[in-house]
Amino acid sequence: MSDLADLYQQTILEHNRRPRNFKKLEPADRSAEGDNPLCGDHLTVYLRLDDDVIKEIGFQGSGCAISTASASLMTAAVAGKSKTEAERLFHDFHEMVTGGPDAPADPRVLGKLAAFAGVRQFPARVKCASLSWHTLHAALAGAAQPVSTE
Amino acid sequence: MTIVRPPISAAAGSRPVLDVAKLRAEFPALQLKVRGSPLVYLDNAATSQKPRAVLDALTRYYEEGNANVHRGVHYLSEHATAAYDGAREKARRFLGAKEAREVLFVRGTTEGVNLVASSFGHANLKRGDEVLVSAMEHHSNIVPWQLICEERGARLTVIPMNRRGELLLDEYEKLLGPRTKIVAVVHVSNSLGTINPIREMVRLAHAKGIPVLVDGAQAAPHLPIDVQALGCDFYTVSGHKMFGPTGIGLLYGRADRLEALPPYQGGGDMIRSVTFAKTTFAPIPAKFEAGTPHIAGAIGLGAAIDYLGGLDREALAIHEQDLLRYATDRLSALPGVRVIGTAGHKASVVSFTVEGVHAHDVGTIVDQEGVAIRTGHHCTQPVMDFFGLPATARASFAFYNTRADVDALVAAVEKVQQVFGA
Ligand SMILES: Cc1ncc(COP(=O)(O)O)c(C=O)c1O
Repeated sequence: MSDLADLYQQTILEHNRRPRNFKKLEPADRSAEGDNPLCGDHLTVYLRLDDDVIKEIGFQGSGCAISTASASLMTAAVAGKSKTEAERLFHDFHEMVTGGPDAPADPRVLGKLAAFAGVRQFPARVKCASLSWHTLHAALAGAAQPVSTE
Repeated sequence: MTIVRPPISAAAGSRPVLDVAKLRAEFPALQLKVRGSPLVYLDNAATSQKPRAVLDALTRYYEEGNANVHRGVHYLSEHATAAYDGAREKARRFLGAKEAREVLFVRGTTEGVNLVASSFGHANLKRGDEVLVSAMEHHSNIVPWQLICEERGARLTVIPMNRRGELLLDEYEKLLGPRTKIVAVVHVSNSLGTINPIREMVRLAHAKGIPVLVDGAQAAPHLPIDVQALGCDFYTVSGHKMFGPTGIGLLYGRADRLEALPPYQGGGDMIRSVTFAKTTFAPIPAKFEAGTPHIAGAIGLGAAIDYLGGLDREALAIHEQDLLRYATDRLSALPGVRVIGTAGHKASVVSFTVEGVHAHDVGTIVDQEGVAIRTGHHCTQPVMDFFGLPATARASFAFYNTRADVDALVAAVEKVQQVFGA
């Protein structure tokens, strides 16, 4: 049960129940769609940019608790950040959930995003946690193709 | 010496209870422990576990009989050829085909459908023609048809279903039109469990001269199959879902149908003679088996067929129906749990949703209890769309499952609800 408690932390369950920034931005400067074909997760990330800064961010879609909470916490984490800062967070987040070589020794440097540290014990769920980030990355890059975790 | 058998004393209609423990002992994977708990394997619709007899047949072939088939004159090659052809004869009996040459070895159901879609499509589909599939098809019985339809300028049409997950036969009959060139329909739905009335559907199609392909991937592990009684033109199964190896399956095609089709792939073993000007093809089944086949797989599948043949399949079916009823009742009794797929005639597949919890989260949490189920769209996205669901959790039972497995699943789902405070 301890692994499960690591995965389904209260923060994650709470953001799943009440996702933040769960809205479409109209008009948006950028948007991108992401799919996780394995579990049918689907989401769209919307951005309003001010030069290089993410002025406003929203998302919509449906997915599991991990992907919904991850999208919600991501929007809170990157609002007001520059593109470079957002990409840096993505990198750190990705290293944390995959247990990669650059994984932050203390996940708390990621603030609330550290709630996802438990995901690394569940390799099948890493894609759920990172879908929104990949989608944000695509939106920032202005990619036209929907991203897929497969 | 004469053996006098004692009269059968059991009351008529009562059967000996299936000795499931004895059956389970023959499946090494069922002895596994997962995350500290004994494995409760309820993902049989994805792939079944394999009995010792199948594993032994594979090892024996590689250790004592490995050679290429239909090629050498040496001892081992003759041995391997006899075993391979022997497996085809077993498969013929398993499917109830008239002749062994009507049974092709393929990679699995996916390849079986692709073979027919491609060969039949190239020979028969023209602009404006229609291919009729059902609303509950697996992607492998949709996408190959879409590809060939696109290439030929033909259209895919769809037999609708009701909220229980039963095909609407009246609508089906209306959809069988002058442009319908082939019907491709699933025998048992992998996501809903529905058993479709294939014999009746074939009769209706044949009344209009339309051939029928049946996707039997989920039927083979649960039902006796008799392609002649069903009357279908093509029938395809996957070995790995019927206790055999991965990478091998069967495609039955009535002899006249197969003979009329162009080859699917070119290569060795499928030719009569080759010159740079022209190649003539071997007769069926070789015409459709280009290249070195999966010899070990065919032999392993033959062993799975022998294994099933040694069991009382009617007793297995009764046991599976008991599991289906028990699982349906117990899951439905949990608050917030809804069973998806409530057809009158079902195989032991139970898809369900848990209110407020995504199927993927259900899967992860029950896995922590050692219970293996499938979550997602089960390669049937149109079915999920029909029910307005992103995904379901699915427990699929084989004859080696028990009521205790159902109890473990139900306890694990209760755990899910605890974690999510649902
Ligand atoms: C109904 C049905 N059809 C086709 C398939 C495809 O089988 P395979 O992947 O073995 O080719 C499956 C299995 O996933 C199935 O359940």
